[in-house]
Amino acid sequence: MAEEVVLLDFWPSPFGMRSRIALAEKGIKYEYKEEDLRNKSALLLQMNPVHKKIPVLIHNGKPVCESLIQVQYIDEVWHDKAPLLPSDPYQKATGRFWADYVDKKIYDLGSRVWKTKGEEQATAKKEFIETLKLLEKELGDKPYFGGESLGYVDVAFIPFYSWFYAYEKCGNFSIEAECPKLIAWAKRCTQKESVAKSLPDQQKVYDFILEMKKRFGIE
Amino acid sequence: MDEVKLFGFWASPFSRRVIWALKLKGVEYEYIEEDLPYNKSDLLLQYNPVHKKIPVLVHGGKPIAESLVILEYIDEVWPHNPLLPKDAYERSVARFWAKFIEEKTQPMWDFFRKFGEEQQKAIENNYEILRTIEEHGLGDKKFFGGDQIGIADLVFGMVIHMLAPMEEVVGYKFIKADSFPRLHAWVKHFSEHPVIKDNVPDYTKVVDFLKIRREFYRNSQQNS
Repeated sequence: MAEEVVLLDFWPSPFGMRSRIALAEKGIKYEYKEEDLRNKSALLLQMNPVHKKIPVLIHNGKPVCESLIQVQYIDEVWHDKAPLLPSDPYQKATGRFWADYVDKKIYDLGSRVWKTKGEEQATAKKEFIETLKLLEKELGDKPYFGGESLGYVDVAFIPFYSWFYAYEKCGNFSIEAECPKLIAWAKRCTQKESVAKSLPDQQKVYDFILEMKKRFGIE
Repeated sequence: MDEVKLFGFWASPFSRRVIWALKLKGVEYEYIEEDLPYNKSDLLLQYNPVHKKIPVLVHGGKPIAESLVILEYIDEVWPHNPLLPKDAYERSVARFWAKFIEEKTQPMWDFFRKFGEEQQKAIENNYEILRTIEEHGLGDKKFFGGDQIGIADLVFGMVIHMLAPMEEVVGYKFIKADSFPRLHAWVKHFSEHPVIKDNVPDYTKVVDFLKIRREFYRNSQQNS
């Protein structure tokens, strides 16, 4: 039976990027459908009635929602190529723990960095850097969080790299100055075709953020 | 055979779900009660330096934190009486509901933490959440996991462990036979399961514990 894979997505979404990378790592051909989040398609609302959010992965007509759940699904279905999670249960648990940590912290802290100013922004920046430093420590001397090759945590985290320039410009700080090893890791990831073609240009993301700020009346 | 230890707190539904998983699979373990919140042990802080929270499972000296991560680990190491289905698609659905219920757990307790208009909003919010869970999550199944208890059931188990006693303290009941017939049936099936029945904290003890918490919240909002 021919496999039909569709991804409902929104180009700057770091969550959508995770699934794009996972599909690319496995060499899966899929149809990418760009959603207008101010005018969500009937398909999106039908496929994700609970959250009404992107990304939604639709495999042979059946929807999988939530990006990390999609990445695990992709890893399990197309398990014979480029495994993202290791087979050892303890290492798998470690990967899940750190992907969950990224999920709990990065998006919210990053949002506070670009959405706020003054003292609120200063606090957000401080916490954001602390979070990055902890992740940098977890990376250690490994080329990837997954070890020798791109793994689950790398896929969970690298999409936010496309937002770093926007965070830096809005927050007036340098992430590389604080976390050079993390930036080295990020650049290493973007050398991979699956990552390079899944992440948007950082300037484009920054322009998008500026438009968001205007739209929400944030200076 | 590697030693299994669980750091938990008697009133926490997060460590409770790990106890249920271990019991369902017949895994022997040593339970260490943590004196929360002000007297966490050095061992706990050493095993979970990132979040400094319970539950933490330690297997053969290696720690795992975050209850959903722990549940998946337990299911992989001790695969009998599985908590997750074999089919990849069904697994994604089980994970979706485990995550959804987990994320709604703290918001669902807001009706207990808040007063006046904020409490009213929280109550309405709970109805919406429960409606979604009943309609889209449980459907016509006996358990979220189908015929057997699965990962999402263990997460939703907080309704018997924490929501029910909170309801008693506040004097408001959500899951009734007429309001949520399927969830009501689920509560009966889940509570009567032999493993669950024998492994819930003492109800009166939880109610007493929550009565003190409720006063704490009442005083906090009066002083704010």
